[in-house]
Amino acid sequence: MLRYISQRLLMMIPTLLGVAILVFLMLRMMGGDPVEVMLRGEGANVSQEIIEAERVRLGLDQPVPVQFAKWLGGMMTGDFGVSMWTGKPVAQEIASRLQLSLQVAVMATILAVLIAIPLGTLSALYKDSWIDHLVRVISIAGLAVPSFWLGMIIILTLLTLFHWHPPVMFTPFFENPRENLSQLIWPALAVGYRYSAVATRMMRSTLLEVLQEDYIRTARAKGVFERLVVIRHALRNALLPVVTVVGLEFAFLIGGLVVTEQVFNLNGIGKLFVEAVSRSDFTMVQALVLLVASFFIIINFVIDLLYAWLDPRIRYR
Amino acid sequence: MSAIPNPLKITYKVPKRRHPALAFIIQQPLGAAGLAVIILMILAAIFARWVAPYDPLDVDYANLLAAPSLEHPLGTDNFGRDVLSRVIHGSQTALAVGFLSSLIGSSIGAMIGVASAYFGGRTDMIIQRLMDVILAFPIIVLALAVVSVLGKNVVFGIDWNLIIAIGLPMVPKVARVVRSSALAIREMPYIDAARTAGFSHLRIILRHIVPNIVAPYLIMLTAFVGQAILLEASLSFLGLGVTEPTPAWGLMLSGSAIDFYQQAPWMIVFPGVAISLAVFAFNLFGDSLRDWLDPRIKL
Amino acid sequence: MKLRYAALAFALTAVAGPALAQSPKSGGTLSFAVSAEPPNYDCHAQSSFAFIHPVRPHYSTLLKFDGPNYPQVTGDLAESWTISPDGLTFTFKLRKGVKFHDGSAFTSEDIRATYDRLRNPSEGVRSLRVESYRDIASIETPDAHTVVFKLSKPNASMLANFASPWDCVYSAAKLKEDPKFPERNILGTGPFTFVEHQAGSHWVGRKFNDYFEPGKPYLDGYRSVFMRGAAMVNALSAGQVLAEFRGHSPADRDRLVQALGDRAVVLESPWVCSLVVSFNTSKKPFDDARVRRALSLAIDRWAGAEALQRIALVRHVGGVLRPGYELATGNDDLAKLPGFSRDIKASREEARRLLKEAGVEKLNFKLTNRNVAMPYTPVGVFLIDQWRQIGLNVEHEQLETRLYLAAQQRGNPTYDAALDFNCDFMDEPNLQLMKYVSADRSALNYSGHTDRKLDNLFDQQSGELDKAKRKAIVAEFEKHLLEEAYVIPTIWWHRIIVLHKELKGWDMMPSHYVGQDLTNVWLDR
Repeated sequence: MLRYISQRLLMMIPTLLGVAILVFLMLRMMGGDPVEVMLRGEGANVSQEIIEAERVRLGLDQPVPVQFAKWLGGMMTGDFGVSMWTGKPVAQEIASRLQLSLQVAVMATILAVLIAIPLGTLSALYKDSWIDHLVRVISIAGLAVPSFWLGMIIILTLLTLFHWHPPVMFTPFFENPRENLSQLIWPALAVGYRYSAVATRMMRSTLLEVLQEDYIRTARAKGVFERLVVIRHALRNALLPVVTVVGLEFAFLIGGLVVTEQVFNLNGIGKLFVEAVSRSDFTMVQALVLLVASFFIIINFVIDLLYAWLDPRIRYR
Repeated sequence: MSAIPNPLKITYKVPKRRHPALAFIIQQPLGAAGLAVIILMILAAIFARWVAPYDPLDVDYANLLAAPSLEHPLGTDNFGRDVLSRVIHGSQTALAVGFLSSLIGSSIGAMIGVASAYFGGRTDMIIQRLMDVILAFPIIVLALAVVSVLGKNVVFGIDWNLIIAIGLPMVPKVARVVRSSALAIREMPYIDAARTAGFSHLRIILRHIVPNIVAPYLIMLTAFVGQAILLEASLSFLGLGVTEPTPAWGLMLSGSAIDFYQQAPWMIVFPGVAISLAVFAFNLFGDSLRDWLDPRIKL
Repeated sequence: MKLRYAALAFALTAVAGPALAQSPKSGGTLSFAVSAEPPNYDCHAQSSFAFIHPVRPHYSTLLKFDGPNYPQVTGDLAESWTISPDGLTFTFKLRKGVKFHDGSAFTSEDIRATYDRLRNPSEGVRSLRVESYRDIASIETPDAHTVVFKLSKPNASMLANFASPWDCVYSAAKLKEDPKFPERNILGTGPFTFVEHQAGSHWVGRKFNDYFEPGKPYLDGYRSVFMRGAAMVNALSAGQVLAEFRGHSPADRDRLVQALGDRAVVLESPWVCSLVVSFNTSKKPFDDARVRRALSLAIDRWAGAEALQRIALVRHVGGVLRPGYELATGNDDLAKLPGFSRDIKASREEARRLLKEAGVEKLNFKLTNRNVAMPYTPVGVFLIDQWRQIGLNVEHEQLETRLYLAAQQRGNPTYDAALDFNCDFMDEPNLQLMKYVSADRSALNYSGHTDRKLDNLFDQQSGELDKAKRKAIVAEFEKHLLEEAYVIPTIWWHRIIVLHKELKGWDMMPSHYVGQDLTNVWLDR
């Protein structure tokens, strides 16, 4: 088991390194210069010397491998660099916004799970009935509807029906939980719908599979009460792939918040990412991408571990 | 010895062979409905110029933000352009981008998956790591990066770099699924036998492995068309996909649409419905295809 | 006796009555929206309104624009001033008893340190105003409340320059300790002290109780909320914020008026902002003046202004200076200049002829534009349409700011024609004309041209203190520019502000960079 864990841990490193290299190169190939955007973006009369001086200050005149080495070295010692746009530490900028994005993600996950498990179960148990068809249609619709458009429709509906306006300032949870939840429930819903669709479908298909298994037939033959059969045996085994998919989708979600935050005007890392890209703030974009990628990789790792723990066959491969 | 007394006459009815298409429609009604919508969309896209009542680029300053009426069934946008015509023409972009990116992405993914499974060993590990790296990138970031680095490259009216950007996230997913299917065959003894007999790699791959992966490949292909359309919409929404004044559903939802959504909600409602309908149809069809071809495959 | 007193009292109230009704009330916090955020806190290194709106109330400047009497200037930190007859010496008498937010006293030394930093920044300090103050030879401080600026040559713009909103006065003591102090810290003499800045969300300022104008500011504080586009209009409609100080599009104005009804106050004025088209003179065929002039002639500016004003925040047809400014060319004279003729048919024929002569009748090129909806997109679409009228097929390329700037990169420009803006904080030829001067003289020159005639005319008008003569020189500049057409003015912007009627004491000026100190603003609740 230990060997398996260390093996998987080791494999994370080249992946992370690959992501770092790729994002570093991509940014420099993407065109756009943070200094130009900062100094000339608003039409100021700035001489070429000032621009060059600023470039040197940010270290952009160095050859690319040197810049990369410097940045990577910094990352390893915990120094995530300084934003090229504001000059403040990247960690600080991200931290202040991460809370909001995480909260929306968590709320979306909770919503998704609360919807998916009962609906998926019902759908599987009453296969091919009208419940099944209804749930399937709702799920597929969930996969089809663009989440940012859903967000716009939600806002529009609330606006016209309830004259509700999206709040202009974010209230942290500990300041006023009710206000906070009422602000964030809508983006969570917009994102959570799709999320729940994926989970529902997974729940349904795995449960269907499990229900075909022999031991279920045995339990039924033994005369065990149907409900018990389902809850005790089937569900437990079906939940594992569902947990997997929920975990993976969560990782995807963090990356997908970009568009939703634009629509709801949330001050989260998605909005920060879009702004950083438009300003060519290299350090910020690098840090954000690495953050999200690490998230994804770590979640994958945890899921792999979970599988290995529950299914001994995998460990000994 | 005489014959067995009262032999039972067993009549065996040979089932009439139905055309597979008909069988599909009967067995998978939802999927067939999806297919019908898709065909409708394709027709609309091909015959857009004749079907659409107005030129989608026609600016009409006199009729800005007009509500849906007989003249303009879906209203006009902030330039006075007819929304219905723009939605119809938008299907061209959506379908072209959707099909092409899915085709290219899935095909490349399949080839990588097969190569990875067949050659195994070091090659497999390297390819898997590479796939992991691509997979770890948030999709928007990946697409954004490709679009930004490669810029716009329009040939025959299609932005190929956008297609690469949308197809790229699909590659690792398809590669993974195809690889596991191919692995199952790879382990079979007759592969080694064929190698010993002196058959070339290519022949073995084409003859034995490819037939086994056709089913998952086709399924992922159709499933990803829907995802491609969504991704294109998101990218255009962020301003990274097609640009004004091309009518594209995602583009119609961005920028000015948000600014005007209180005044002219029809500007965002209808393109969104179009996207949802298209992706919905593709997903329905893809799902049913999977159920029909091979219900065991979990995607 | 009693009657006399009663009459006097009655007379007093009769006079004071209407004044009392408009007398400012103290108290309240103003919430307003800003569509972008300042990257750092140093005024001298900024050029965006996104900086001015939240940060300006913390600082004072030497002079400021007199709201209702724009473009007159009035003293902010300066009490009075004299200018020598030859225009080379400016003597300012400064206010007494002014304090910084940390309690330290303000003296003439702070002015000197600030302006030295502006015109001659030390290592690592960025100042974007070096060009404007090049003509200052020396700054002297004979005593703690007098400062004397000596110029090397006459400069007609210098007095108004001192009213620049970017010339925030910093504490000399702090600058001596650390010249980069203002980048991360806010310490000024303005009406509001700094409370907090939550990145991505909001900025808060609170009333400075020791402000040098007694009784002011009226507000207890203000809050700038960072939000963009539709969110802003929605927040305004709902009364969550009371104003947005940049400007709205006509459509937004209509929406707000509809939503707010009689609670809305609409203020409109021409804007010191114009859209210009610059041609890449290092790329064929834009190195040929005939081609450039032809493209300028094809544009029907008058009809365009008519049509565009309904959907975009542009309205006025003007040349190099804002129409309405006393030095700008009047409409009648404007119509005589190439590109501004009222007879568009004749202009377009001339354009076609010129293109034919230059050998590029069927010219195909790209118009590079910013990716911003208002007003860049509609004007870009309009221009493309205009060029279509003379048979040209122009592609509209809208790019994100960073890519747009990259295409215009001065060392290696890759664009064909670009739609650019030319905005300033005041009407002043020295500022507006900078766009058109030779590339080696102006960092704002993106077309790469060199024209010594324009340079000479620029220097001439800069030193010409007589208004009538200056106007004539500028007119000559304009005519030559339009003939060569390196960079052509197309249309000037129109500023529309919608305020909540509770917000009083704010003066509308033709620039969104000035008048934002919020000293006189009060809430009528």
